[in-house]
Amino acid sequence: MNVAVCDYGAGNVRSVVAAFERLGVTTRSTASPTEVAAADLAVLPGVGSAGSAMDVLRERGLDTALRERVAAGGATLGICLGLQLALEESEEDGGVPGLGIVPGRAIRLRTERVPRIGWAEVEPGGEAYYFAHSYAAETAAAVLRSEGIVAAAESGSFLGVQFHPEKSGAAGARFLARCLSRV
Amino acid sequence: MPLPRLIPCLDVAGGRVVKGVRFERLTEVGDPVELAASYSDAGADELVFLDIEATLDGRGLLEQLVARVADRLAIPFTVGGGVRDERDAQALLEAGADKIAVNSAALARPELVGELAARLGSQAIVVAIDAAGGEGYSRAGTQRTGRGVVAWAREAEQRGAGEILLTSIDADGTREGYDLDVTRAVADAVSVPVIASGGAGTARHVADALEVAQAALLASIVHENPARLTTLRDELRELGVPLRDAA
Repeated sequence: MNVAVCDYGAGNVRSVVAAFERLGVTTRSTASPTEVAAADLAVLPGVGSAGSAMDVLRERGLDTALRERVAAGGATLGICLGLQLALEESEEDGGVPGLGIVPGRAIRLRTERVPRIGWAEVEPGGEAYYFAHSYAAETAAAVLRSEGIVAAAESGSFLGVQFHPEKSGAAGARFLARCLSRV
Repeated sequence: MPLPRLIPCLDVAGGRVVKGVRFERLTEVGDPVELAASYSDAGADELVFLDIEATLDGRGLLEQLVARVADRLAIPFTVGGGVRDERDAQALLEAGADKIAVNSAALARPELVGELAARLGSQAIVVAIDAAGGEGYSRAGTQRTGRGVVAWAREAEQRGAGEILLTSIDADGTREGYDLDVTRAVADAVSVPVIASGGAGTARHVADALEVAQAALLASIVHENPARLTTLRDELRELGVPLRDAA
């Protein structure tokens, strides 16, 4: 079992790698489309803005690698911005086309305080995970919700989560272990 | 709204954790990674590391410490102290920090907040404000700025801050309670989350702060004994504060 974490200059790759390594799986960060294609599990992490993140994904050929991987049934996990990028588009940065892996779009949050930062319970299940976001998915592919906001969406072999399992303590580690067990 | 957060703060200097009273009289308390792990085990929702020497003597940032913490812990953490530009901030995020706190550099050049937010996202940018008598202070609480705290908080939000970390210099280290008036004034003025800081002595103090702010920073109340965080969480639950189940 090996995990490839897409390194495209958008945030906390190190923490994602560390979280998988604590579960005992060989994990590397990579900017190589070939390695992303070949891994047992590919992870698209990400914080920051949708526009610049998509630019770098395209520059490095990771957009095509991820689309082809999911089309071929390869297990792929998107985290936070990684979920939003997988959608058809994001309204961030004046409108950004996404990877189109998951139907729907990323919309600006209309919660009392934005960014929405902190631990919040996710249903079904009731576990609390750590969120830090200003946009959220609006999609028919939602499988988990938190306070009405899409917390996870699934489409084919792609699972995207809005929360940060790598930063969600014991609950997050259990979630990542479940992801691995499905590969 | 997400659950109220308890955020132990580790003031670091020279790679060790220190604690001052009213921003002075530093005494050494322990190794940052060990303390961080103890807090995480005790149910901390996040951590903050403030390098209190970096601003004063211009030393480089503690990227190695950040990397060790990121490898060991699975909770979010913020790093501040001496962040001057995008490069400093980017390096800390790449080392594994989730958020960067800026204080003096943002006061000296407010455009920095917007530059950091554009590059790293607002959710990664915490603007730390040290307040005394309604005025913001710079250089680790040693220099008056002439800026009103509320006006500066509002400006920081408009420029892209994702959170405001508001420390009352008057209350810091006293254990006599958070400065609820200034915290409420800032929380009412901005729509980003506010972290109350300075003055926690009892669970009631923390509960009161969490009525006004979205998170409470904890320093001297937990430093001497990280297990105190466990009992503090129990006491807060008894006071009706909803905290996450960290098991």
